[in-house]
Amino acid sequence: MSFRNTPLAVIQDVDKETLLTPELRAEIDKHVAKYPPEWKQSAVMPALTLVQDHNGGWLSRELMDQVAAYLDMPETAVYEVATFYAMYDLEPVGRHKVCVCNSISCMLGGAEELMHHIEKKHNVAPGGTTADGKLTFKEFECLGACRHAPVVMVDKAYHECVTPDAIDKIIDDLD
Amino acid sequence: MSDDKITLEIDGRLCTAVPGEMIIAVADREGIAIPRFCYHEKLSIAANCRMCLVEAEQGGRPFPKPVPACATPVNDGMKVLTRSKKALDAQRGTMEFLLINHPLDCPICDQGGECELQDVSMGYGEDVSRFSERKRVVKDEDLGPLIATEMTRCIHCTRCVRFGAEIAGLRELGATGRGEDMRIGTFVERTVAHELSGNIIDLCPVGALTSKPYRFTARAWELTSEESIAPHDSVGSNLRLHIRGSQVMRVHPRDNEAVNECWISDRDRFSYEGLSSPERLTEPLLKRNGQWQTVDWQEALHAALEALQAPGPDQLGCLISPTATLEEQYLLQRLVRTLGSDHIDTRLRQQDFRGDAADPTFPWLGLPIAELEQQQGVLLIGSDLRQEQPLLAHRLRMAALDGATIALLNPYALALNHASLQLVAAPPALASELRALSQVLGKPVQGATVEISDRHRQIATALQAAGKAGQGLVLLGALAEADPDYSLIRALAAALAETAECRLGFLAAAANSIGSRLAGSLPHRLPGGAAPKRPGLDAQAMLTDPRQGYLLWGLEPDRDFADPSLAMAALRSAKQVVACSHFKSAALDEVADVLLPISAFAETAGTFVNAEGRWQRFQGAVAPAGDARPGWKVLRVLGTMLEFDGFGQNNAREVHDEVAHACSGLAPDNRLSDARALTAITERSAPSAGALTRIGNLPIYASDALVRHAPALQRTPLAESLAVYLHPQQAADLGLTEGDQVRLIQGAGSHSGSGSVGDNAAAKEARAPVVLDDRIALGCTRIPAGVDGSEALGPIIGPVRIEKIGA
Repeated sequence: MSFRNTPLAVIQDVDKETLLTPELRAEIDKHVAKYPPEWKQSAVMPALTLVQDHNGGWLSRELMDQVAAYLDMPETAVYEVATFYAMYDLEPVGRHKVCVCNSISCMLGGAEELMHHIEKKHNVAPGGTTADGKLTFKEFECLGACRHAPVVMVDKAYHECVTPDAIDKIIDDLD
Repeated sequence: MSDDKITLEIDGRLCTAVPGEMIIAVADREGIAIPRFCYHEKLSIAANCRMCLVEAEQGGRPFPKPVPACATPVNDGMKVLTRSKKALDAQRGTMEFLLINHPLDCPICDQGGECELQDVSMGYGEDVSRFSERKRVVKDEDLGPLIATEMTRCIHCTRCVRFGAEIAGLRELGATGRGEDMRIGTFVERTVAHELSGNIIDLCPVGALTSKPYRFTARAWELTSEESIAPHDSVGSNLRLHIRGSQVMRVHPRDNEAVNECWISDRDRFSYEGLSSPERLTEPLLKRNGQWQTVDWQEALHAALEALQAPGPDQLGCLISPTATLEEQYLLQRLVRTLGSDHIDTRLRQQDFRGDAADPTFPWLGLPIAELEQQQGVLLIGSDLRQEQPLLAHRLRMAALDGATIALLNPYALALNHASLQLVAAPPALASELRALSQVLGKPVQGATVEISDRHRQIATALQAAGKAGQGLVLLGALAEADPDYSLIRALAAALAETAECRLGFLAAAANSIGSRLAGSLPHRLPGGAAPKRPGLDAQAMLTDPRQGYLLWGLEPDRDFADPSLAMAALRSAKQVVACSHFKSAALDEVADVLLPISAFAETAGTFVNAEGRWQRFQGAVAPAGDARPGWKVLRVLGTMLEFDGFGQNNAREVHDEVAHACSGLAPDNRLSDARALTAITERSAPSAGALTRIGNLPIYASDALVRHAPALQRTPLAESLAVYLHPQQAADLGLTEGDQVRLIQGAGSHSGSGSVGDNAAAKEARAPVVLDDRIALGCTRIPAGVDGSEALGPIIGPVRIEKIGA
């Protein structure tokens, strides 16, 4: 046997026009157009991001199934992607996401201290959401900005060389 | 091709290879062992276990790091070292990582003793672990009644995931999560519902996926292994029976590239459970004054002989299960014919025998099984292939993935795992659909046709193109064979195949359907395929024109016939019924007078001839249940007691040799004599007004008595129960909705035109719930055959009336 170099598409017997919303479909189509037609499933990550943003920051199983159907992928393959990457949330989240990088540079630069600080101050464990629903606090795999460790991503914005004081201000300024 | 070969050196041994081959494939061929977990010959390369790391150099320059042998293509002049210090260090390192999270529960693990991880860790593992942290625990999956899971043992080789995607075509298992949290599972609670699912048990290199029915019942080292042949579909999968004492503990596939590759269907894997069913018939029984009495064999055989001789030659009918061995069928026909009767048949689910005179002598698949994968255009007529022949469906799926057009003509659309062109038509219209296809190709056949659609054009032209390339095939399945117009459908299929220059093939329904042709256990065939002077009565005629005496072999009369009600009525009216059976059943209790217990699958030596005409012999592997005796021996004794000639064989081999001698020079050939004349046969399945046509498909786990007695298979989602599947529109017309209980009425003999559906005198009744299914053609309803509750029904394909209960 050899490497698999063709995608294994599945036949998703649904009317694509009934999936998601027309706007989302149009947005996803822009990403699909970047790849050869048989590699439609390459657009799964941007598609999930679009759908997640549209759904208040998280993905339900039904939404993942719809993405699978839209891209002619097996549902499981979409679950694999969505469970692997830290930027997808599979449960309802707070109004904002505070993601602290936990990889080596940030850890050496004080990310652990930062996390303890947030945990204590807002009474929320990594992966949890504050009682008031303001923020979801996440420990994140490498954010790729090691030069300015520690790095925190708040919603879609990067904050570099973050100290406990700085994070307090950032969080206070939210909402 | 010789210039395409390259030479490389593995562990100092010169090997030749084809460019693009992986190191591990070449090493395997050379018998050089490289440890591996994720690599599997039949699956795509994942290279994720890293166990096969080896040292390699090319052109005198060593690769900087050890390379995975499964994912490194060979090159001319390459040097590979599989046992160097660098390679062994890498392999030991991988082993240590793999063992970090693997539980040390080998003593209670079913895989213990036959575990790839255990074996490899003996060679590459350390005695003491340096890992002192906690091991991870993974929540278990519930994959249904066949596969037991212990996901903590999983080493993430992803063989099961790749099997699902590439072979089964059903990607339900996946690797979700990341790093430490990665796990193999369905993510959502889901039972794996696939006819080949059991193969992931074999693929799993550790004890994460094991056989649920076998679980905790034996240890690998207690088992002995015997070779055998699967007794259900006509693939004739090669098996390895694992036996302890006199019990088959489990069944594994035996590699045979030409037949089953390295796979077997779940039916072949788990049906062994039926062997130890409490329903087994274990002693000879005689009915005296309406009471069953256990007797010894001597007495039972005398009673049987009396019962067989009493009715007189013309009044004796013999009905045989098509899963009976070649030897049994041969001796049966010899016994019955010497008694003076030609009324013998194994085609129990066929209704239309008008084409018998045109029958090919040695019908077959039309090509070797392995060649199915190379077909470019295939038309399947009347076949629920995944249910009938799971491994042939797999072969056709491979062809479809390779770009072949797979077209189907069925009374209901099939759920397939590949692209297909499906035509759906109620049975009376199947012939018209075939005529339409012929018409597209410019060779119209006399008779009604449907309006030609784009799909007809697509299918016909694809078949013709494939036919031109010599890779086109038209196949007839079990639903076609059960059709009241089978002769016509077959003739039209032959005409279409001829026009499109395609081959014609038959999907023989059972393990030894083809064997019947050779053993002569048919009313119009003698051993070797010769025609008798005057053909006897066929399976249908023996029942519509009841005989006074019957000899039944290996069947359940209320489940195994095209028209169970008709069969039971005929058997009830008979004076003498001798039944040789593997199982007890209420139906046999009712109609039989003598019950002789015979050896089932694995208990007798014999031969099956599979769909491609391959003769496969097997030996008895375990002792028969109770006092049961191998069928051929029972028949030999009966023949000898009657002082008939030709019953002196000393072993099954001699019987086999006699049939083989009679068949010498016989080659498979599907040509119908006088096919064109048969296309003019009048259709008889025109339904009366207001009646629906019943499609009595045979669900995969209702196909024969052995499967029906295998409990684990009966608990799977694929085991159907009696229900009335209707198109939503059809249901609405009838005023029915999902879940309604309905009464089913099928009139006796209505298929032959002698009675109508409303004929209350002979009407039979069954009850079942309505299930809406938009894959069913309008004008018909799918009501499975062979399942509980279907006994009271009539023809598997024929008119049925549905009445809402309480309406």
